[in-house]
Amino acid sequence: MRRATRAKWGGCAVVVALVATACGGGAGASRSAVVSSSWGDPQNPLEPANTNEVQGGKVLEMLFRGLKRYNPKTGAAEDVIADRIETSDSRNFTVTLKKGWTFSNGEKVTARSFVDAWNYGALLSNKQKNAAFFQYIDGFAQVHPDSGGPRAKIMSGLVVKDDRTFTVKLNQKFSSWPDTLGYAAFMPLPRAFFRDHDAWIRKPVGNGPYLVDSYEKGSVLRMRKWGKYPGDDPARNGGIDLRVYTDNNTAYTDLQAGNLDLVDDVPAAQLKHVKSDLGGRYINQPAGIIQTLTFPMYDKRWNHAGSEKVRRGLSMAIDRDQITREIFQRTRTPATDWTSPVLGAAGGYKAGLCGDACVFAPARAKQLIKEGGGIPGGQMTLAYNADTGSHKDWIDAVCNSINKSLGDDNACVGSPVGTFADFRNKITAKRMTGPFRAGWQMDYPLIQNFLQPLYYTDASSNDGKFSNHAFDKLVNEANAATDTGRAVTTFQNSEKILVQQMPAIPLWYQNGSAGYSERIGNVSLNPFSVPVYNEIKVN
Amino acid sequence: MGRYALRRLLQMIPVFIGSTFLIFFMVYALGDPVAAMFGDRAPDPATAAQIRRDLYLDEPLWKQYLHYMGQIFQGNFGTAFNGQSVTELMASAFPVTLRLTIVAIVIEMVVGIVLGVFSGLRRGRDIDTTVLVITLVVVSIPTFVSGYLLQFLFGVQWGWAAPSVAPEAPLNELLLPGLVLALVSLAYVTRLTRTSIAENARADYVRTALAKGLPRRRVITRHLLRNSLIPVVTFIGTDIGALMGGAIVTERIFNIHGVGFQLYQGILRQNSPTVVGFVTILVLVFLLANLLVDLLYAVLDPRIRYA
Repeated sequence: MRRATRAKWGGCAVVVALVATACGGGAGASRSAVVSSSWGDPQNPLEPANTNEVQGGKVLEMLFRGLKRYNPKTGAAEDVIADRIETSDSRNFTVTLKKGWTFSNGEKVTARSFVDAWNYGALLSNKQKNAAFFQYIDGFAQVHPDSGGPRAKIMSGLVVKDDRTFTVKLNQKFSSWPDTLGYAAFMPLPRAFFRDHDAWIRKPVGNGPYLVDSYEKGSVLRMRKWGKYPGDDPARNGGIDLRVYTDNNTAYTDLQAGNLDLVDDVPAAQLKHVKSDLGGRYINQPAGIIQTLTFPMYDKRWNHAGSEKVRRGLSMAIDRDQITREIFQRTRTPATDWTSPVLGAAGGYKAGLCGDACVFAPARAKQLIKEGGGIPGGQMTLAYNADTGSHKDWIDAVCNSINKSLGDDNACVGSPVGTFADFRNKITAKRMTGPFRAGWQMDYPLIQNFLQPLYYTDASSNDGKFSNHAFDKLVNEANAATDTGRAVTTFQNSEKILVQQMPAIPLWYQNGSAGYSERIGNVSLNPFSVPVYNEIKVN
Repeated sequence: MGRYALRRLLQMIPVFIGSTFLIFFMVYALGDPVAAMFGDRAPDPATAAQIRRDLYLDEPLWKQYLHYMGQIFQGNFGTAFNGQSVTELMASAFPVTLRLTIVAIVIEMVVGIVLGVFSGLRRGRDIDTTVLVITLVVVSIPTFVSGYLLQFLFGVQWGWAAPSVAPEAPLNELLLPGLVLALVSLAYVTRLTRTSIAENARADYVRTALAKGLPRRRVITRHLLRNSLIPVVTFIGTDIGALMGGAIVTERIFNIHGVGFQLYQGILRQNSPTVVGFVTILVLVFLLANLLVDLLYAVLDPRIRYA
């Protein structure tokens, strides 16, 4: 008898546990006009000035519209809220806003919405990761000093004139500055953001074609079409559900099973059969991303008289064509300059600018490296992070190509670093002893963005610490040029110094890839390789 | 029994402190997480310094640890980088993983014990050999292989189940991931039960019970099974902790947002509060499961008593 009751108790305990934990209920919302898409968990809270990676960035693109927007097809910066941005000296700008723009909570978009948002983003104590984007505005050094606390709350270079006008004074000439304003960091913010920050973070309010319906952090963000959106690019679907996937293979499997509409990152392992799986519903097009091998120019062994020959030689020892074909299944294009094809010829992309230095020529490579004194120490390492992005395959292929060209099996070896964080640590601490992988995804489609942050002396992302007086001078000249065409040519002239010095070997331009279900259509990728969500139609 | 349980609970304190410190130390050794927060861009030094000060990363390790422990005793497990508190993450992740673990344990117990009894009673015959071969195959297949395979077959080819689990993780969607998670342990349970049953089937008390004229069914369930289950219970008990921690692979394959998902994200982003907090809870689960197993012995075999 005693035993029987005990057994019953055990059984009940299991049942209770099952019921107690089975608390989830299916959200029965109609998904008829809603598109579901794969997503990665954004690294930071979804604030415009705090989002510096693509996952958070794509949400901001749906929730916000700024002064300018990059045309999803051409990448050109076009006025959205800005009626006009005028300057006579490339340093003092007057911004006038269009009428009729509001946030989705009804609040008007005014000059103050921009000035307050930018001051918030720049202020050091707000710890915004994009703070550096405001560095050209006069007074930035006061709100964001290199050391110590901020000495001012607002930047002196920003002045509100009236509801629809404000002026900006820069601390240097920067003719293409208005074209940078399509970047997420420059989006306007409603008063609600400052009044109740925590509530805003839980459910962001913006002025874009979508509004947030519900946000379960780490799992799903549901956005719905905002009916009263005043812009001329309203959502052509009922909404977008962004579902967080840790593994893009699972997202792809879900797409195959009809459980998901859109995958904006086709996993490398599926590339071989993606065309037979999806037919015409697979997109593979250039994006504003370039991959390079960057040299540690702070290391004497890589930077002495004659070592530019070694660097150029190594560039010629890599068979880019074979690697992009065999390993990347043509989702990369061999690079022949330091920018990206998405800029277009008018924007500064120039095929073949790198010349012979980026063409595979094993014999010439071997000779050049010998002339330059050979590989330092007889062996070099290519560092990469092993945790994400499956870099090992192509790093090994690059080393293999170099070894074959030089006829030396030990000339090059891959050197994995456990985590991306540790990899970045080693780079910022200048502890690299050989070339390392680097990738640059553009912030805005300007040739300036591919050159200045990366190769200008002490620039924010100049990981190799390259410093060249002539290069800096040309960049300054290009920035000061009021004529766009002349600016672009001057930037291209500065690129020619990179051909000679080769502080970073351009490897290939990365393509964006996406696959979608039969349920949806009119899917395309913008130059940032992010789907143009508001244009997607549900069949 | 009460004193025994109390002593075991007190022993958890040093284990708790030791394990948290070890994990803290290991996450810390991975390097500075702030550098990675800026992606491919070099962190702007002033902002990075502010973030470090906020996260207590500018203090020496022992101070960071003391600060962390002090907060834990106030029920504050720190904040993940996306601004959510770790307790909030736990509240969303643990129920999901608990549900998955229960599904796995139930599958493991029911299928494993039934198969084990069947093959143990028919030792050396065809069915026994078949079960042994199958379990050997299952044991030798890694979880990620069986996971992707079953996901593809059930989810894409036959369309019987969704390949990924909805954020709410309802029970019916957890059956397939639960099976994948249970597979290897299931094979072990089968083999343990089989051996134990086969051994005890010839024991004196079984012969006596049969000689008394008790029905075969009663002999098996009441006499044979009860004595044979002790090693199996030990295994299943320790397996609870292992399954909860080991769910990283399964949760990733089926996109389940449980403990494994949060741990994976925490490690990838080097968020020590997330990693240390979750592992601490897992250690406690493991210890409690072990205690439960020890106490269950007395129920199964009345001769085992604790002073």
